[in-house]
Amino acid sequence: MSPAPSGEAIRAHDLTRTFGEFMAVDHITFDVKPGEVFGFLGANGAGKTTAIRMLTGLLAPSGGEASVAGHDVATESEAIKQDIGYMSQRFSLYDDLTVRENIRLYGGIYDLTPSELRDRTRRILDRLGLARAERTLVRAIPLGWKQKLALSVALLHEPKVVFLDEPTSGVDPVTRRQFWELIYEAAHAGTTVLVTTHYMDEAEYCDRISIMVSGRIEAMGAPAELKKQAGVASIDELFVRLARPSAESTRGAA
Amino acid sequence: MTNAPSTADDAHEAVVVDRITKRFDGTIALDDVSVRVNAGELFGFIGPDGAGKTTLFRILTTLIVPDSGIARVLGSDVVEGIWTLRRQIGYMPGRFSLYPDLSVEENLRFFASVFGTTVEREYDQIAPIYVQLEPFRTRRAAALSGGMKQKLALCCALVHRPQILFLDEPTTGVDAVSRREFWELLAKFRAGGLTILVSTPYMEEANRCGRVALLQRGRVLAIDAPKAITASYERPLFAVRAADRFTAIRALRAYRNTASVYPFGEALHFVDARADASPDRITSDAIDALHAAGVTDATVSPTPATIEDVFMARMGAPEGEEPNAQRGNPA
Repeated sequence: MSPAPSGEAIRAHDLTRTFGEFMAVDHITFDVKPGEVFGFLGANGAGKTTAIRMLTGLLAPSGGEASVAGHDVATESEAIKQDIGYMSQRFSLYDDLTVRENIRLYGGIYDLTPSELRDRTRRILDRLGLARAERTLVRAIPLGWKQKLALSVALLHEPKVVFLDEPTSGVDPVTRRQFWELIYEAAHAGTTVLVTTHYMDEAEYCDRISIMVSGRIEAMGAPAELKKQAGVASIDELFVRLARPSAESTRGAA
Repeated sequence: MTNAPSTADDAHEAVVVDRITKRFDGTIALDDVSVRVNAGELFGFIGPDGAGKTTLFRILTTLIVPDSGIARVLGSDVVEGIWTLRRQIGYMPGRFSLYPDLSVEENLRFFASVFGTTVEREYDQIAPIYVQLEPFRTRRAAALSGGMKQKLALCCALVHRPQILFLDEPTTGVDAVSRREFWELLAKFRAGGLTILVSTPYMEEANRCGRVALLQRGRVLAIDAPKAITASYERPLFAVRAADRFTAIRALRAYRNTASVYPFGEALHFVDARADASPDRITSDAIDALHAAGVTDATVSPTPATIEDVFMARMGAPEGEEPNAQRGNPA
């Protein structure tokens, strides 16, 4: 794997986005180190999705600045796309293609050479125990396999930073842990991971987390430290304490 | 289909499921499932996608019929008593099923009118939720947040004063604050005497229920109060904490005394294979093994089992994997 790049993998400084009068992201500042697993939490409508769209180069900031893998999100969005991977629960794989065809498709999108593609396909199939299912349509494989395959495909071009949007919904607890081990493995190899989740217990798998409330980051740190500081037993309790006062009424519908 | 004669016990039993099996195109959705729910219980069905939760709820709400086995709700057979039951039960499906173009108030009035009643007449029944919906009375249902949509759906399922409520994954995909508020509402309705059956993929929500059934791929793994289920975990469980979790997992997988190890939040959960080793021995040996692998900051301490630990210990291999794969192995 490539050596960890110097400097921060993700840097956001006073990053802001407004839609008309509405401040969706309100001067957020945070850094994520190379190889770190960073949990990005917030209630529906807190501004997570808007922030991630800016960090992935899909939406221009209204103010502040941010860089991902050393590229400025406002001026170098094309370079960012080469250096990041993205996986969401809803969209990642093509159901009508086989396991192998899905891998080949993403290999083509990211301009892998034939030998790179061959080696990495083999590595993924072996790692996930999917060799005997390589010619199976993705729609026919179990949900847990799909999610692990989707993560592997998001990492296929060896991105410096990978964004995971609620990756583990609905799978059994053993599969969920296998998925987290894949995340740890990627992070161990130097990939930076930013993950959003509704499972508050899942937040505790991250090295550090931030909790967004009404466009701002209201808490940030290692889960164990945050719990200790707030005197709570779980991140769920902390989250509810921070997010509850503003739920719905002030922010309107998500 | 034969109707078993009622027994005296039935008066207390809101739901009786007796050896129900249901297949779809060769896939077994429910495999010989039996469960009983008492009147007034808040009963949870806990399991991931594909566990059979939705199929069971659709059978109990008279929407589909089982291939074999019988089920009774409020004393009526779910096949023969279909028209009686449909007036007596409230059902909130997993997918949002209200009219997106109608306002909050219009949806509520519509569902009341279908059952020949009015919002005003049933107000005391729905008041605990209605007060939360009132500020958004004129908003279109489609424009509500996920949490508010679920509250509206609950309100609509309650407006005809059902005797029993079936809620299929009401908290899935909803943020943690809204989920907590939803469970607080259910506790209020349960305190008012309503029987509530609720399904969820979030294991920690089991603790909100009086009793739960753990379901996996159509089979019941356990039925009991959450505390009794966690107390049933058979082996001493240890939490291992280290800054480099990945190396620690690798080290414990290679350690000869490991029965299972998997990430669990900020820690790893570890079970030692030796039945006769003392907790002190297990702890010091595990620390030695971690040390030898270069993990020098590890702590090991006994930890109580959670519902998820029990679920994993009982579920067998995940779908598509060899049933005899070693527990806690990586993908």
